[in-house]
Amino acid sequence: MPINAKDVDWVEEPPMNFWEATFLPAVVDGLRATGHHVTHFKPVTQMYPEVASDLPKHYRGVHRLNRDDAGRVKCVACMMCATACPARCIDIVAQEAPKDDPNWVDRDKFPKSFVIDELKCIYCGMCEEACPVDAIEMTHIYDLTGMTRQEMLFDKEKLLSVFDQTKDCGLDPVRTHKGKLGPASDFEQLPTLGPATQVRSDDRSAKSATPGVIK
Amino acid sequence: MFEQVFQWILKWLPEAVHPYVMPMLVIAIVLQVNLGVCSYLILLERKLSAWMQDRHGPNRVGPMGLFQPVADMLKLLLKEDVIPGHVNKFLFVLAPGISVFTTFLAFAVVPFGPVPDGLTPGDGKFPFIIAPGIDLGIVFIFAIGSLAVYGIILGGWASNNKYSALGCLRASAQVVSYEIPLGMSVVGLAMLNSTMSIEKILLNQANQGLIGWNIWYQPLACIIFFIAAMAEAQRLPFDLAECEQELIGGWHTEYSAMKWGLFFLAEYTHVITISFLTSILFFGGWHFPLIAEADSAYAGATAVKVFVLLSKVFAVIIVIQMLRWTIPRFRFDQLMSLAWMGLIPLATINVVLVMFVKQFELNTLWLFPLSIATFVIAGLMATQSSRPFARRGPAAVEPAAHGGHAHAH
Repeated sequence: MPINAKDVDWVEEPPMNFWEATFLPAVVDGLRATGHHVTHFKPVTQMYPEVASDLPKHYRGVHRLNRDDAGRVKCVACMMCATACPARCIDIVAQEAPKDDPNWVDRDKFPKSFVIDELKCIYCGMCEEACPVDAIEMTHIYDLTGMTRQEMLFDKEKLLSVFDQTKDCGLDPVRTHKGKLGPASDFEQLPTLGPATQVRSDDRSAKSATPGVIK
Repeated sequence: MFEQVFQWILKWLPEAVHPYVMPMLVIAIVLQVNLGVCSYLILLERKLSAWMQDRHGPNRVGPMGLFQPVADMLKLLLKEDVIPGHVNKFLFVLAPGISVFTTFLAFAVVPFGPVPDGLTPGDGKFPFIIAPGIDLGIVFIFAIGSLAVYGIILGGWASNNKYSALGCLRASAQVVSYEIPLGMSVVGLAMLNSTMSIEKILLNQANQGLIGWNIWYQPLACIIFFIAAMAEAQRLPFDLAECEQELIGGWHTEYSAMKWGLFFLAEYTHVITISFLTSILFFGGWHFPLIAEADSAYAGATAVKVFVLLSKVFAVIIVIQMLRWTIPRFRFDQLMSLAWMGLIPLATINVVLVMFVKQFELNTLWLFPLSIATFVIAGLMATQSSRPFARRGPAAVEPAAHGGHAHAH
């Protein structure tokens, strides 16, 4: 059906004044703007290999497996992360906790092996969302390299060592229930999501739970 | 010093080749300097655009990225030179050659320093121009410059690719259109100076001092010339022939490696040539008050003059490069209407004004206010005519009613 002519609003471009019609002042104006950037050069580029880049607080880098107070792996091998994972990069083999060991009396299961293929992972953070005991978390480590594909399969020991490496560096504090293996979830309320990119402080999205940028 | 060395070299050569030694030397120098300057102009352009956009630009190869042109050149040389199966091989290979050849040829009559009087082929004075004493210099440049479009047309057509074909068609329409204001804008200069020789126009300005610079007599022509010359060189905002967003790469879509490099060498040589022409024709060439007058004869005066000329040229190149990253590209109809409805009438009026002043033997300085007045009047006319939507009324209701009526019958 054609659009009714009555519904069409013709929008006229604003009439040009004399100086706009001659174009040259506009050109000079533009040159002043671009020239100002040259003379007042303030690059926004971050010189990455020499200077570490600014990351948003909720940056999603390499995973880690958290430990509880006793130094045990927090993971209860519930498979929720592996189920949530859209890339299917998490492979968990569960084992029953040894009942006779006093260290494990309060636990039913733990992961016998816990392998994340960091090359398959798309770093979406779904595992972190899914985890009921906050055992799996994502850190700010982004410069991930390896010589072989095998190397990039991070097993339980490697993921625990990532925890040891990052827990005190300030960027990646253990977020909830430090040290204690909590109930399924100890969130009183779900936190709002932070901005996905760096934003100015006066921006609406900067007023969320995790605003700003970690320097 | 230079002359003694030159005479000493001549002694070792047979008499018959003596007239050719100096031109060959100048050509060699111009070619080599041009190649080096072109590659560093590309670096400058990349840096400049980066600074304008708050980036760093290329800074990894060598200190401050200064060896980037070397890396670029090596890359172009070592890259696979693809000739697609569906192209016309002869024309495909010929096209970049034509582009480079014509743009270098145009440089032959452009003086790049103070051309000495009374040159003879064997006297050992460095001529600062490849072909001295050509009285048709301006015409030569325009003739050769319009040949350059053959490189683009042939390259685009031989590529047998729709993007290339569209690009080269745009280029031909554009160059044909802008040829006219380009030539017309300089007709006034030729009449004022009674010569078409670039060297003589330069000397005329230098002899009169700062007030003799043609910008005071032909400000409008200067603007027209500059705009038209940029369009001739296919520089942004006139690069419709190769605009990446619409045409991939336009006429050089199918080109790779050094053949592609040759096209860009030609483009930058064109930029250098029009910068030389702008500064020589309108801004006094090597003349600068106090330090580089026509009669300054202190030691090193020649070097200073060359330096002054090159500084002016450099300034013009910077302006061209800044314009590239400042003004968005024209739409094709805007491009055409700018040439045919803007520049050509203005250039014609400018020529008429020069004729008027010459005929009635008025002071030529009258041309300055007259040019400005022409520009102002053109601007006033533009304010009255630039409202295309104003003409579209609510007429759209009528046809629908008529259509229904006809159907009933």
